[in-house]
Amino acid sequence: MTFFLQLVVTGFAQGMVYALIAIGFVIILKCSEVFNIAQGHFVMIGGYLGYTFLVPFGLPIWAALLLAIAVASVMGLLIERLMLRPMVGQPVLAVVMMTIALASVLEGLATLLWGAEYKAYHGLLPTITAKVGAISIPSESLIGLIISVICVVILMLLFRYTKIGLAMRATAEDLQVVQSVGIKATTVYAVSWIIACVVGVIGGILLGGVSGANMELANIGLKAFAVVLLGGLDSIGGAIVAGIILGMLENVAAGYLDPLLPGGGLAQVFPFIVMIIVLIFRPNGLFGLSRIERV
Amino acid sequence: MGLRTGSFQENYAQDMAIFRSRLHWEMLLALLILLSICPLFFSDRILTIMTMIGIAVVSVHGLNILTGYCGQISIGHAGFMAVGGYTSAILCAKLGFPFWAALPCAALAAGIAGLIFGLPSLKIKGFYLIMATIAAQFIIIWIIIQLRSITGGTDGLSIPRPMIGSIALSSKTNYFYLVMLFACLATITAHNIVRTRAGRAFIAIRDNDLAAEVMGVSLWSYKLQAFFIGCVYAGVAGSLLVHYIRFASTDQFPFMDSVWYLGMLIVGGMGSTTGAIFGVIALKLLDELVTIVGPILAAAVAPQTAASLALMSHGLVIIIFLIFEPRGLHHRWEIIKAYFRLWPFSHEVSE
Repeated sequence: MTFFLQLVVTGFAQGMVYALIAIGFVIILKCSEVFNIAQGHFVMIGGYLGYTFLVPFGLPIWAALLLAIAVASVMGLLIERLMLRPMVGQPVLAVVMMTIALASVLEGLATLLWGAEYKAYHGLLPTITAKVGAISIPSESLIGLIISVICVVILMLLFRYTKIGLAMRATAEDLQVVQSVGIKATTVYAVSWIIACVVGVIGGILLGGVSGANMELANIGLKAFAVVLLGGLDSIGGAIVAGIILGMLENVAAGYLDPLLPGGGLAQVFPFIVMIIVLIFRPNGLFGLSRIERV
Repeated sequence: MGLRTGSFQENYAQDMAIFRSRLHWEMLLALLILLSICPLFFSDRILTIMTMIGIAVVSVHGLNILTGYCGQISIGHAGFMAVGGYTSAILCAKLGFPFWAALPCAALAAGIAGLIFGLPSLKIKGFYLIMATIAAQFIIIWIIIQLRSITGGTDGLSIPRPMIGSIALSSKTNYFYLVMLFACLATITAHNIVRTRAGRAFIAIRDNDLAAEVMGVSLWSYKLQAFFIGCVYAGVAGSLLVHYIRFASTDQFPFMDSVWYLGMLIVGGMGSTTGAIFGVIALKLLDELVTIVGPILAAAVAPQTAASLALMSHGLVIIIFLIFEPRGLHHRWEIIKAYFRLWPFSHEVSE
């Protein structure tokens, strides 16, 4: 029982980081109907940025976070303006290929700047140790959990109480109406990409603090896809719930089933099995709206 | 397609023919002769490149039918190639099948895998389908690694030398001819499949699946057919690939290959048989360029530039094509052809 609870708690903290990354994906999707395959690569860049600011620059964690957010904002702005703006109104495949190409360019950039090496900055993030009964909460997971929750709350407040947040919600509802009342859709697109980059980079710093920054961090994006599909593509709340569910399921399944399978590695393939099951039985996810199509 | 002034089509069959004038036939013959004398002039290295291009052409034709014509986006094509490759590897290495018998089995196995993973396409499309096919890629590779006793898991599987009758296909030249034969066959069948009733149904589904269904096109049947046909091509290509290397391992079918097959379609031009061939050649030659330029850059600037260039080159090329020529090389080719056809009245060339 302790083993099980331990897995659930670790999974919960991990799931919250997944949820944070998945939210970036959902925001872009809702505002500009672009499926951003490169979301995981923002995470990888974030991991490396965290390393750069914390180790060679030797900055304190808050300064590193602020600088990383600044870099991510510029990156998001550039990506939207240079690559996604020409793609407005193009078919799904063209847009998806654009984000895949973006992913490979980001991977190339990371190789160029950091040499695709494993960069550890373990122990540099502040740690909080907590123990509930026999279950210990891993300190990095806890700090990840706290920062993720703070980010999600800030985003919720942004959507609820600011003008741009209102514009973004309106754009998600109906693009034509938004344009007819004089809201600039391109600004909304740019802001949505900036937010996606920033949450990806923050997620990257958190995950990098646990496992070190490396190219593998980009694969976390694939887990984020499973999260958004499970939660429903257009639901931010769904992404949070699904992130937590998937984080827990993944840990529990890996903990119990990996010893039984010779090759192991169930944690890697698990998100995809969830994905296929969701796609076959409930394509709109847990909280997604089902769309009615007309010819 | 316009024709040169003075060539007339007198009946429907002539109008629908692929090769419509004597010049077309002569050019086809010239191409075949050129292909068949390649081994006389080129080194083994160039033959290897051409063989790999041929294998990719077979695979991309399948993807073109599935994605370019039927509009069902698949980013799991390398996974289906792996099914074909491993099927024929296992049949040859463990059960002693001859190569020519293993190849159709490989095609069939890949086709069935395609049917299974195509099932979600009946309910979902667009991005959801992309995710389902990405999942297919990872699940297939994972299953292959799990079935260690049959597939050799991560260690891979050695395959005996492929034989057809008493001819051993061990030399680069022999295998080059075999692959080119399959590439030509694949091109012919792919170009003709899309001219049949099924092909027209695929195009209708791609353009608007609801409208197609209302008009009486059975989505259920034709989407699965597209998956089956597309994956049969992948299976043949996978089988050719593992027999060429005489070793099957999951590293030969990486996820990024699936992505670049789609990239080849984008560069070449979706929904066009010639486009698929152009795209494969363009991206494969780009690869070669990178392997030549990479070490020079690495020596001149910094060691990681070579790896970085390899990663970025494909992405950048696809970005450039998507922004500046979304209809791909095929469209450029049509413009060039029209220019010569209409010369000296080239002002009639319209976009």
